Amino acid sequence: MFEKKNDELLHDHNHDGIDRRGFLKCMAWAGTGAFCVMQGGVLRSYSLSCLSQMDKAGMKGELSFVQISDSHMGFNKPANPDVAATLKAAVDKINALPAAPEFMLHTGDISHLSKPEEFDTVNQILKAAKPQDVFYVPGEHDVLNDDGKQFLERYGKGSKGSGWYSFDKKGVHFIGLVNVMNLKAGGLGTLGHDQLEWLEDDVKHLKSSTAIVVFAHIPLWSVYPEWGWGTEDSAQALAYLKKFGSVTVLNGHIHQTLQKVEGKVTFHTAASTAFPQPAPGKADSPGPMKVPAEQLKSVLGITDVKYVQGQQALAVVDSTLA
Amino acid sequence: MRRSVSITGLAAILILGGAGLGAVRKSSVTLTQDKASTAEVKVDNFSFAPASLTVAAGTTVTWTNHDDIPHTVVSTDDAKMFKSKVLDTDDKFSFTFTKAGTYPYFCSIHPKMTGKVIVQ
Repeated sequence: MFEKKNDELLHDHNHDGIDRRGFLKCMAWAGTGAFCVMQGGVLRSYSLSCLSQMDKAGMKGELSFVQISDSHMGFNKPANPDVAATLKAAVDKINALPAAPEFMLHTGDISHLSKPEEFDTVNQILKAAKPQDVFYVPGEHDVLNDDGKQFLERYGKGSKGSGWYSFDKKGVHFIGLVNVMNLKAGGLGTLGHDQLEWLEDDVKHLKSSTAIVVFAHIPLWSVYPEWGWGTEDSAQALAYLKKFGSVTVLNGHIHQTLQKVEGKVTFHTAASTAFPQPAPGKADSPGPMKVPAEQLKSVLGITDVKYVQGQQALAVVDSTLA
Repeated sequence: MRRSVSITGLAAILILGGAGLGAVRKSSVTLTQDKASTAEVKVDNFSFAPASLTVAAGTTVTWTNHDDIPHTVVSTDDAKMFKSKVLDTDDKFSFTFTKAGTYPYFCSIHPKMTGKVIVQ
């Protein structure tokens, strides 16, 4: 229905209230390069191609960043024998964005087997990205064999515990959480008591009008517990964030884009730059999904996020590598 | 002196004859230890097969990863008891269970993957 030509998406769509059809249409547009912004229940869309013609005043105080995830450097099986190439394609995509993002978030599974050369290769590839500041949180593949020591050495400067931390950019408060350590048999992701205490303290004195972005590897909502796609104690974390008017949660781990809105919290998972995984329950197990080579890039991707001061929700746009 | 002893010994062996020699050979070759018992667990499709394995004490269990994703084998009750390194496709891990009991284990990367070894 909607062609891939960005030129066709010129107008501003105003929907009254969140209507599932409208939201789904918007999600389809996301792959072709449109911004969908949810603001107090009103859905607006703007084409990427006419951003330059947009009212600049309306976009004052803009902050933009990119989320990439699950690069799994070291993986070399179907559907992707060359994850370095697809990560490079993701960097090219980021560098081609109309407005260069200020920094990047990597939501984990940087490496596939926690090998030093795998981390080195990712660092090397990301050197070509315009946004040179990258903030990382570990995936379970990054903390193998050494309880996360190597991850902390490489990416954990200034962090606490197993690598959690927070920082501010243009008034937005970013919180990096670690939910891949000390996983218990039969369990889901876990944040743990120390991290939760730190989180409570970290946001205690922030004004409720502060926009919050939380990023962690495993989803902080129950996407599909049968496959371990959830975090046992995330409810406690979200309770500490209840007072805020805008909370965006960015996760990885499941290698597909999913979004859920619950009150003032928007949960979003990113595609992988390495290989896709099946939709919840659509396969026997959550292993790498094999797709024909020509389709691979269309199931991998990056996420572009924009924050406009004065607007509650962040605009989260996924695009594929195709 | 020694030379005469060894010659005597050689003569003794020859006198014993084929059957005797055969008997001597057999007893010198027979091993006194029991045949080592082994068992296998296949790791594939985010699961351990068989999920529950019953073995005799002294059995060495070998896990082989046939999946296209890495997994680990870690004792649930006491990680110090057995804990494999990360196993990529075709990697193996072995552990010999000496005491009777039930030993649950899981994959520390994908904790929903669980199994147990029952040692009798």
